[in-house]
Amino acid sequence: MKHHLSPEQISGDFYSRRFEQGPDEDTLILNMGPQHPSTHGVLRIILALDGEYIMRAEPVLGYLHRMHEAMAEHRTYLGYLPNMGRVDYLHAVAWNWAYVGAVERLGGIEVPRRAEYIRVITCELNRISSHLLWWGAYLLDLGAFTPIMYAFDDREIILDLLQSVSGSRLTYSFLRPGGVAFDLPDTFLDEVKAFIPHMRARLPMYKALVTDNTILRHRCEEVGDLPLEMCRRYGATGPVVRGSGMAYDVRRAEPYGVYPELEFEIPTENSQDAMGRYLVRMGELEQCLNILEQAVQAIPEGEHLIKGAPKPRWKAPVGETYFAVEGARGKIGVHLVSDGSSTPYRCKLRAPGFSNLSLFAELAEGTLLADAVSILGSLDLVIPEIDR
Amino acid sequence: MRIVLAAVAVMAFIAANGLVLVYMERKIAGHIQRRPGPFEVGWHGLLQPIVDAGKLIGKQLFTPDGADGLLYWLAPVVSFVWVLPLFIPIPFGPQLTAFEMDLGIVLILAFSGTNLLALCMAGWGSNNKWSLLGAARAVAQSVAYEIPLLLAILAVAFTSGTLDLSNTVKLQGGWPWQWNIALQPLAFLIYFICALAETNRAPFDLPEAESELTAGFHTEYSGMAFGLFFLAEYANMIVVCAVATALFLGGWQGPVFSGVWWFLAKMYALLFLMIWLRWTYPRVRFDQLLNINWKWLLPLSLANLMLTALLTKVF
Repeated sequence: MKHHLSPEQISGDFYSRRFEQGPDEDTLILNMGPQHPSTHGVLRIILALDGEYIMRAEPVLGYLHRMHEAMAEHRTYLGYLPNMGRVDYLHAVAWNWAYVGAVERLGGIEVPRRAEYIRVITCELNRISSHLLWWGAYLLDLGAFTPIMYAFDDREIILDLLQSVSGSRLTYSFLRPGGVAFDLPDTFLDEVKAFIPHMRARLPMYKALVTDNTILRHRCEEVGDLPLEMCRRYGATGPVVRGSGMAYDVRRAEPYGVYPELEFEIPTENSQDAMGRYLVRMGELEQCLNILEQAVQAIPEGEHLIKGAPKPRWKAPVGETYFAVEGARGKIGVHLVSDGSSTPYRCKLRAPGFSNLSLFAELAEGTLLADAVSILGSLDLVIPEIDR
Repeated sequence: MRIVLAAVAVMAFIAANGLVLVYMERKIAGHIQRRPGPFEVGWHGLLQPIVDAGKLIGKQLFTPDGADGLLYWLAPVVSFVWVLPLFIPIPFGPQLTAFEMDLGIVLILAFSGTNLLALCMAGWGSNNKWSLLGAARAVAQSVAYEIPLLLAILAVAFTSGTLDLSNTVKLQGGWPWQWNIALQPLAFLIYFICALAETNRAPFDLPEAESELTAGFHTEYSGMAFGLFFLAEYANMIVVCAVATALFLGGWQGPVFSGVWWFLAKMYALLFLMIWLRWTYPRVRFDQLLNINWKWLLPLSLANLMLTALLTKVF
């Protein structure tokens, strides 16, 4: 019997059998992942390689699908909150915020000013720790084994700080509709005030050792050219779109919390390449420190949780809302639909990584395999939030 | 008789140095990364390499499904065994050369190419696309970087007038300005960069790029087979550093008390430099790696050679 199928089409699985190879029969079909040291989670990319050049790339998702959105329909509004920390555990406070913001909009719940400032402080600290981990992991992908150790050293301080205030080191369920769960411990603000100059002093060292390094620059510059119209087509947000020249930041575009009262810049680069995205995130580290400085000065006394905040079996009024925040990876959105019962009718989570990853198939065509690794790293993907 | 003794001594030297290098690498890596490195086993982790060797020996040896049995198992053996002859012409001390030969450098260059064969066998025989990619990269890299290596060594041969390593050492003096590096600094730089690339060390470690290719050509190896590749890589490192010491840094000659200890000290200084570079720099992309070679190292080494030839003729 004549086989018109290639070897990959006889064996392999659903995805590799339906992977179109394109006109050139001489390509090597390779699976990058789901277990792979540099795909930041359980991501599988089917590649058609011609030597080292990628002819076609197709990400396959779903290896980490945990049905968060389905879980929302079976939990109360407060009971669902811990899920948010697990969606993207690297910037858990932002996901917390998106959710409690949606619940607050739904229920018309006010938030005390002190709680708003606490939210800003913890969110920005979390953003710094997320960017530090991204930085370390990106350099690990590129072959430098040392910066991740240095980054984690700084990150430990942040994790200890956030543990003292919330109880968790990573998956914070710290925010509540109507405020935050706990008030700050007595020494917290002083420790944050000590952390800011410490981190500021580390940044020049990172720049001199890593950012200015020739080898790194050659791995990142002109790699992954991402024009703005492509960002718009895929709905990319966050440092990805700011690295292509557009200064879109949800904290300024759709202001929430006390961000309108805080002064900070939006780092933007015009180079459209991986280096641009890298520099945007390093710039954001500095801006986070600026925000933290202002917030610890301006934080008022007061309550941390409004009186009459939703109790566990709280029923939301009928309606639907959407609330978006700026996460470390982009625009995090939560669309809540309520039918008046104590569990949401529908909770749609907009993960920035999903839109950012969709770029990859088009972006990686024609690049070298090593460049694909660099591009993936520069997109700062966290697969748990992509798969939810 | 002498050659038998020499062979045994060389193997003992490689084994001992392999252990020392494993420990050194992990400790230096640790301290660069702000952590202590191995600490538990023995005082400050000194027994760690022995325990590592024991672990590797104790692991199950298996052949992956579909792998070419002969190639798969021959590759690590070839890789390790073929490093041994490289030590024969190296002058460790005034009387400590395994076998004095007047074509020592040629022998070393010839045998160092066989490492490539082992990589190819490993990459193909593993029945794994990632290994194949790693092997393909290794081939291109090794072949490309052999040429400036050769030219750099030739430049030194021109100034020394001999291809014999022990003679080259004897012609140098004890003090740093009497070493060949003072005459041929560019050649030393080119040689060192090519040595990094030949031994697949970072920043040129694409064939075993951990974060891109899982582990490159030795993805499918475990246990002692992996141990042999590992040892072979360290032995290769020792060879290139030993040759660099003999050719450029005055070998066993020292300002006072010349002897084998100077040789070892200089060799270990170069090894330290190699390890230091590995843990500091990211990886060079493959086409950039080849670019560095063809566009920079080759023309520079050719120019260096021409200049050397000209000056040797004139003076």
